[in-house]
Order: sequence, then structure tokens, then C-alpha cells
Amino acid sequence: MSDHLPKNNIFKVIGASSLGTLIEWYDFYIFGSLAVIIGHQLFPEDAGASALINTLAIFAAGFIVRPFGALVFGRLGDLIGRKYTFLLTLVLMGGSTFFIGLIPSYKSIGYAAPILVLVLRLIQGLALGGEYGGAATYVAEHAPKNKRGFFTSWIQTTATLGLFLSLGIIVITKNILGAETFGNWGWRIPFLLSIVLVVVSIYIRMKMHESPLFSKLKAEGNISKNPLKESFNNKANFKMVLLALFGATMGQGVVWYTGQFYAQSFLENTCKLDFNDSRYILLWGIAFATPFFVVFGAWSDRVGRKWIMLSGMLLGILFYRPIYQVFLDDTDYTKIEQADILAVTPARATAVLMENLTDSLRTVSTKVSLKNGASFNRVQTDTVSATRGILLGKEIIKDKVLPTPVFWKFVGLIFFQILLVTMVYGPIAAFLVELFPTKIRYTSMSLPYHIGNGVFGGLVPFIATLIASFSGATPLSGLWYPIGVAALSLVIGAIYLSNKRDEKIND
Amino acid sequence: MNTLKKFLGLVWMVLGPLTMTFLFIQAIDKVGLTHTDIERTNTILQWAIILFIFLPISLGLMIFGFYAWKGEYDHLPESSEEL
Repeated sequence: MSDHLPKNNIFKVIGASSLGTLIEWYDFYIFGSLAVIIGHQLFPEDAGASALINTLAIFAAGFIVRPFGALVFGRLGDLIGRKYTFLLTLVLMGGSTFFIGLIPSYKSIGYAAPILVLVLRLIQGLALGGEYGGAATYVAEHAPKNKRGFFTSWIQTTATLGLFLSLGIIVITKNILGAETFGNWGWRIPFLLSIVLVVVSIYIRMKMHESPLFSKLKAEGNISKNPLKESFNNKANFKMVLLALFGATMGQGVVWYTGQFYAQSFLENTCKLDFNDSRYILLWGIAFATPFFVVFGAWSDRVGRKWIMLSGMLLGILFYRPIYQVFLDDTDYTKIEQADILAVTPARATAVLMENLTDSLRTVSTKVSLKNGASFNRVQTDTVSATRGILLGKEIIKDKVLPTPVFWKFVGLIFFQILLVTMVYGPIAAFLVELFPTKIRYTSMSLPYHIGNGVFGGLVPFIATLIASFSGATPLSGLWYPIGVAALSLVIGAIYLSNKRDEKIND
Repeated sequence: MNTLKKFLGLVWMVLGPLTMTFLFIQAIDKVGLTHTDIERTNTILQWAIILFIFLPISLGLMIFGFYAWKGEYDHLPESSEEL
């Protein structure tokens, strides 16, 4: 049935599905891209590193509930159809993103602020859990059997393009408003903008038709009565769900989130790169690497999905530590010689009253420009106490701007990491679709996908940052989490997975 | 290959509880290292999230290992009809 769909129709299907999925990813990722700023808004000003870790925990909460969204909306998708289910997920996602943009700060409503954001973040996670499986299933069920990898890979580009869009809108908004205004209220604009994007996407999706395979099953009266029970009470299905999780999506998830999220978090928080520099590096890396989703998706139609995905995991295991060591070495400005300095601008001091209303935090910032084009700020935050005098803080170097050659070297290293993402992620939708029969596909494929990506992958920034904060840990210690998970998945995938493609998915 | 799949099943079955034990020990250790109340609350919250998530996953890994040990993965379905 699907083989006879005209070519222009399949591209309409891909376009309509991809646009909505892209917007959902955009909504989901703005939060991660603004973690540092949101941390300042949601928690007390003297919370320090715990504000970032708690913000990352709220960010991660959205990922953790994704498997539950996959179950709830997957069940709906297998019962009432693909089209109406992912219309619903789109509305939930857009609405909760919009409301995050309206939440008052900690200063106004105290701890109600992070709690409200957590609730909205959970709704976002549930909606995304329902969205992806539907979109991938919808496209795969329209695609000809010898081009399933190629066509579904377009859906795969949306996650990365959603991140690209979120970073782009954040950088543009910040450049227009200026850093201070953006930090005060401008960060809300990317969230509020989501409502416009969602309305456009709903309009397009309303015009879509139901999947032909699902319509056929429905017409024949063969749709599942209880897809959850059929997926997980049936041992044959459940063992494939476990295999898909441990042999593929778990490793794929950590490679995905290391390359695109932990990399940005590491450049910004560990290497202390300038806000714009860290985002521009990622934007260029994404722009160069995104076409490879389609390249690897199409290639998997010819050589099979398994070894392309596992090669991406292997390369990640081998190269993550050397890559991140280069990031650290090239941003180490502590050994700058006096002869390298071009200019030092006079110190600028600001003071913020602490919660106890007697002490204040005094921040002194000096900008240093180097002859090679690099620059950075020397920042020292002292506590000025009414009773204990001045407690001097440690000087830190932040807001580092890289010299041009090093900037492009970093773009190359991010590009390589995202290339690995395209290897593991490009073929995975086709791989999962082929693993499960039509009547329980939405439910069964969504669960391992969202545990692998949402839980294992989504927790990479949180767990890696947590590990790196342990006493005795090095800045690279956090990488053991994605490396360990990818290694386990590589071994299980290599030994247990089959490289054969199931050409007949319309059963 | 099927023998390897079967015996690795034992490894996965053991790896599940081992991972959980390791995480529990780490959680107790890190909570014990905290100095202030707010630091303790944050650390407990962080580790509670980790344990809550990885407990069912470890259980899943044990079941996966059990299936592998029983030879359930010796032959994978080559079409959806075999599921």
C-alpha cells in the first residue's frame, strides 16, 4: 500500500510531520539552552552551583517523563490513530512552553517559581514522549520499503534543527536586547514565541490524512484493543522492547546528548566560554553536520541499520575524552604571559544584597584582551558582611572569546561529535519501525526510544555535571557516564541485534 | 554466538543489582559528605532522582539477561509476523 504513494505526497507527509516535530523539539530545548539564566531566575541568587544543578534536574525531569508520555499517547495513537494523537501533543507542548515564559521569578513568588516550571516541564516531557513515535511511525508507514531509512531520516533531522532554531532565536534575541535586558526578562521571548509556531503547525497538520496502514487496520477492524497489554504482556514483544533499549537506543541517546547538549554545557560552564561563542560554535557544527542524518539514513537502506549505529557509538567511546581534553587545554588562559596582553579595561564593580539583608555580594570584573584576538573577563566575587568584614572570593576567568583558528577548531570538534549523532540517530527510526508490528508500533517503539533518549540521554548533562562536581573528580570525569552507557549498548547491540531489514511492515 | 549470548545473559543479570548497589553506596556517601541543610536537601533530591530512574532500568537489564540466558535471543524475528 505504502509503495504506491506518489513522491510529491510523501514529501508533503514528511514536511507536515517534520514541521510539528521540529517545533516540539524547539520548545523542549529552549529550556536547556537557557539553563544558566533560568537558574538565576528560579533560585536564590546565592544558590551558586546548586542552582545550575537543580535547573538541570528540572530540565532532566522533562526527559524522565517522556517514556510515560510514550505510553499514554502511544496507546492513544494505536487506538484512535496517529493524526489526532500528535495534534494533541502539539497543543500541550506549545501551551506549556508559552506558560514557562510567563512564570514570575523566585524574587516574586519564591519556591513556587521552580515548582510551577517543573510542572510545565513535566507536561512538555509527556507531550514530546507522545510526539516523536507518532511522527516517525506516520512517515515510515507512508514510505516505500526500500527508502524507509531515507524518508524517516528527515524526521530525525528535526531534533537537531529544533536545537538549531532555539539557539538561533536565543542568540538573535540576546543580541537585539543586550545581555542585561535579556538576563532580566528577554529570555522569556523565545518561550512566548512558541505559541505562534505551534498555531502554524496545527494549521498544517489539520490538513493531513490518517496513516494508510492504520486506516487499513481500522477498516478491517484489526486495531489493537489494548496496545499496552499487547506490547508488554506479550513476551515476544517485550523482549524486543528490551533489546531495542539496551542494544540501540540507550547508546544512541547518550551519544546524541553528549554531542549536542553536554558539549554546550561543558564549553559554557567548565571552559567558561562566552555565551555567544559557545552557541555560535554549536550552530556551525549543527549546520555542517545536519545533512548527514539523511546520508546515513539513506545508506542504512542499502547496508542495514545496525553497524552504522554501532560505529557511531564506538567512535564516541574512543574520542570523547581526547576531544574534551582539547576543549580544556585550548581554553586554559591561566598561563597567559604579560607580553600576550593587548589591553586591560578598568575594573567594574557591582553589588547585590543577600537574603539575610545584612551581607552583600560584591563582584569586580576586569576585561583582558589578548594580541591573538582572544579576550576574557577576570571576575572576583567577595562577600561584604556587616559583622565579619570582607571575605575575599576566588578569582575566576570567564566569558572567554576564542581566537579565530581555535574557534574553527572547536567547530570541527563539535561537527565530529554531531556527525556521530547522525550515525546513531539517522537510521534509528527505520530500525525501530521495522522491529514492531503496525497495531502496537506507536506504543512499542516509543517506549525504548524515550527511555534511551529521554532517560539515558537526557540525563547526560545532569549526571555528568554531578559526577564532575564530586571531590577528587576532574572536569573530564563526567564523560565516564556516556562512555560507559555507550560501551554497554555497543556490546549488547553487536552481539544480540540483527542487521537484517524487515521489508514488510504493514502487518 | 548463541553460547556467548547465553552466558553474557548471566553478566547482565548480575550487572543490574550491582549497578543499583553501587548507586546506593554512592548516594549514602555523597549525602554524608554534605555540610549544610540546604546542601543535604539538594544532594538527597539529586540522588533520589537517579535511584528512582535507574531502579526499574536495572530490573529491565536483569529481565533482559534472563531472556538471554533462556535463549530467547538465539533467533531474532526476521519479519514482524514472527513477533
